[in-house]
Amino acid sequence: MEVTQQILQQLVNGISLGSIYALIALGYTMIYGIIKLINFAHGDIYMVGAYIGFFAITQAHLSIVPALLISFVVTGILGMVVEKLAYKPLRHAPRISVLITAIGVSFFLEYTSMYFVSPTPRTFPAMFGDVAVTVGGIVINGQQMLILGITAVLMVILTYVVQKTKTGKAMRAASFDTETAQLMGIDSDRIISITFGIGSALAAVAGVLVGVYYNSIDPLMGIMPGLKAFVAAVLGGIGILPGAVVGGLILGVVEAFVSGFVSSTFRDAAAFAILILVLLFKPTGLFGKNTKEKV
Amino acid sequence: MKYLRKNDFIMLGFAVVLFAVLQGLISGRVLNSFWQLNLLIVGINVIMSVSLNLINGYTGQFSLGHAGFMAVGAYVGVVLTTNFHAPFAAALLAGAAAAGFLGFLIGIPTLRLRGDYLAIATLGLGEIIRIVIMNIQYVGGAAGFKGIPHHTNFAWVFFLMLFALFFIKNFVNSTHGRACLAIRENEIAAESMGINTTKYKVMAFTIGAAFAGVAGGLFAHCFYIINPASFTFMQSFNYLIMVVLGGLGSITGSIAGAFVVTFISAALASWPEFRMIIYALALILLMFYRPQGLFGYMEVTNMGIFRRIFRKGGHN
Amino acid sequence: MNFSRKSLKLMSVLAGTMLMGGVLAGCGSSENENEIKVGANFERTGNVANYGQATLDGFNLAIKEINDAGGINGKKIKVVEADNKSEASEAVNAATKLISDDKVKVLVGPAVTANVIAETQVATDNKVPIIAPCATSPDVTVENGSVKPFVFRSCFIDPQQGSVMAKFAVEKLKAKTAVIYVDNSSDYSKSLGKVFKEKFEAAGGKVVMEEAFLAKDQDFKAALTKLKTANADVVFVPAYYEEVGKIVKQARELGFTQPFLGTDGWDDPKVADIAGADALNNTYFSTHYSDKDEEVKGFVDAFTKEYGHAPNVFAALGYDAGKMLADAIKRAGSDDPEKIQKALEETKDLKVGTGTITMDKDHNPIKQAVILENKNGDRVMVAKIMPDAGN
Repeated sequence: MEVTQQILQQLVNGISLGSIYALIALGYTMIYGIIKLINFAHGDIYMVGAYIGFFAITQAHLSIVPALLISFVVTGILGMVVEKLAYKPLRHAPRISVLITAIGVSFFLEYTSMYFVSPTPRTFPAMFGDVAVTVGGIVINGQQMLILGITAVLMVILTYVVQKTKTGKAMRAASFDTETAQLMGIDSDRIISITFGIGSALAAVAGVLVGVYYNSIDPLMGIMPGLKAFVAAVLGGIGILPGAVVGGLILGVVEAFVSGFVSSTFRDAAAFAILILVLLFKPTGLFGKNTKEKV
Repeated sequence: MKYLRKNDFIMLGFAVVLFAVLQGLISGRVLNSFWQLNLLIVGINVIMSVSLNLINGYTGQFSLGHAGFMAVGAYVGVVLTTNFHAPFAAALLAGAAAAGFLGFLIGIPTLRLRGDYLAIATLGLGEIIRIVIMNIQYVGGAAGFKGIPHHTNFAWVFFLMLFALFFIKNFVNSTHGRACLAIRENEIAAESMGINTTKYKVMAFTIGAAFAGVAGGLFAHCFYIINPASFTFMQSFNYLIMVVLGGLGSITGSIAGAFVVTFISAALASWPEFRMIIYALALILLMFYRPQGLFGYMEVTNMGIFRRIFRKGGHN
Repeated sequence: MNFSRKSLKLMSVLAGTMLMGGVLAGCGSSENENEIKVGANFERTGNVANYGQATLDGFNLAIKEINDAGGINGKKIKVVEADNKSEASEAVNAATKLISDDKVKVLVGPAVTANVIAETQVATDNKVPIIAPCATSPDVTVENGSVKPFVFRSCFIDPQQGSVMAKFAVEKLKAKTAVIYVDNSSDYSKSLGKVFKEKFEAAGGKVVMEEAFLAKDQDFKAALTKLKTANADVVFVPAYYEEVGKIVKQARELGFTQPFLGTDGWDDPKVADIAGADALNNTYFSTHYSDKDEEVKGFVDAFTKEYGHAPNVFAALGYDAGKMLADAIKRAGSDDPEKIQKALEETKDLKVGTGTITMDKDHNPIKQAVILENKNGDRVMVAKIMPDAGN
């Protein structure tokens, strides 16, 4: 394979990997945007979503689209429940306590799932045939392109929702200043709950798609992608939807190039190094607005 | 000031008595080796949590890379004792110096970041340290460093822990410590009062990292083998949990946090299926009922019960 | 009153926690004349929990069978379980607890090499033998040329498998070049990669490229794209099933047509589920037994009946460890750990789940190896080797 071809193939690999990070990062960044909480349990919500999809397909014998919808709804509700039970009572507590609670929720989801479904990985039955197209020696997988497409569509829809609809306006208001928003007649609790619902439902979509594409899910599958998605969100400027997608794609491409041309063992180190370098020059991420704090 | 020093003596006396009692229990084989080992782990965890508290609790810099510094101290220490047959004390010192120096180097650029951005940057640095170690064949790579002599005993852990506690307590109560507190409360205000914020942030970070290095050295000489898998970001979370559980900005709290976390983990060892579930629930419930941690900003020396017993000290 | 409400509340929270811990810690150890306590120190949470759990399942099945048949010398075996969180330091902690708190006579586990090495000193100090079901690195039982008296295993060691597969690649597949793709976070994988390279090059082949991944990775395409440029005759992937399935699937998608070679980490029905039967064609791996073998049918059926799914290699080795243990206790005629240690050393022609084993002087079992080929979703035995002959 010649070098240009190899570079292009790695680019394709990176973009498809990055689109998964981006999809998870979307939910991450939405939730962060509204209550400034690093929701470490997000990766585990993604795992639960994958399992719900798995059981919908294998136990209820549904096809992929209804399974995705079921997982979307159930996981969205789960996200709202988690918010109501674990985070809402701590709305006025120090932020770091909420963070510890999020870690607690993460452990809880991981190990209750492990208790019920065992640590053994599960495999999805073949849902739709693997379509791989070869264009000029470069292999492009149909499912990966589907994931990329879904990510792009969801990003556009979400941006529309946040920028143009009434709920979105309320979200932005609550994110800017929860208390003032409340005084303006916005039910902040409801808005936060909705945000958690949407964010978690997005994670579920990612979970099911990844499960089908990589064909293996396990109770700890959310840890690394969750962390990577967080990195992607911060890279793009946390709280900014297009930032999450761009951050995810950059991260994916960097990982692919480091694996392809340096060594996979330094892949994660390179991903973090890029993050730190970007932050040093743009301390609020690529798309972040640098707001000066006033005394 | 006089009040403080008197308290120091009281605490020191208390510590010596505690040491005598515990050492007696160990030598007399009243505590079996499982609880002995857990005493060592508690001590190491106290050093980790109190040093992280200096960074997170007192200076307000959200660091998630503490396990990385521990790894540096551990690996420098074991290379010296195992491959160069250096004395244990020298190895611990070198580990602390290496971790502290790395903290200093890393601290200068990254401490410009704030809040969650700093958190993810330090988490990333911790992971980078771990991945680099994993790729060094000289220290065994991912398989780990084997054949480490067992030097860590209760006396080493206890007195180094005591040193860490008193060092950090006195640092916090010094001019430098006050500067750190000012940074935590309001960085911009602190800066406008003429405090060199970068200097103090880096200072706190370096000291914290150096103590994490000491803890790493003690940890490594306790288990015969170390591998990079013991120093993941999950481990950093664990120390953060101890600090927050005890109370950010309370040394007493760091001790309590390390104690509670280690103790819960040890007590649940017989229930592997439920261990992590119970731990997770305990974490969530403790945060519900005491979001500011067990001790909040309080120290045992400031609490009513302590002052009642040692009333003569004075009134504040 | 100087006792503020706050500090009282605080004290009560602390006291409550300690009390709860004390109660939990208190119960658990009770002596019973009619049982022999065995400690199972496995990875139940953390990164490699799936391997720890599978090994434990196999081990528990063996113990259940033994107890159902009336136990050993009139005594039942009681398994005390402990979790090591997939971490070396926690493995020491769990082993210490089992030995000093629960007073177990023998330790079984952990699954992973590093964790076994970590607990070795504690066990040796207390003269409690360890049976490591699936720790394959040579240094588990031998250190600086001398045997660790209290450590035994029920699996073969890395050099055996690595050389079997290198020989197979050169002789049967006529391979001249190979690429190696190892799991950089696993001792097992790395050491097999090293042995394969040595033996393959000694037999006249050439390893043209080496790459590594990390356990729990999902996407391998970047490194595979790189490996593909080498265009080697065979691809050697000594790794565990979860990653292997994904690697083979993604490699075939990228246009790899070469044969893939693997080791006993591949031995799990999940590989075929993940990769798909088509992608898995033209792949070979070494393992301990073929499930078609009459000798092992009993174990495979019993396991499937008990747990509802077919065993993987970890379960099989855990089962073997259970059988080895029972045999040693029986021959020792007592539950004295040092007598059990002696008996383990003398294990000879013992029928276990995966065949017949004899303990060699380095505390490694001498056992057969088989090479299986994946063919249209089925596994066909292509060779059966006594590993000694493969060196």
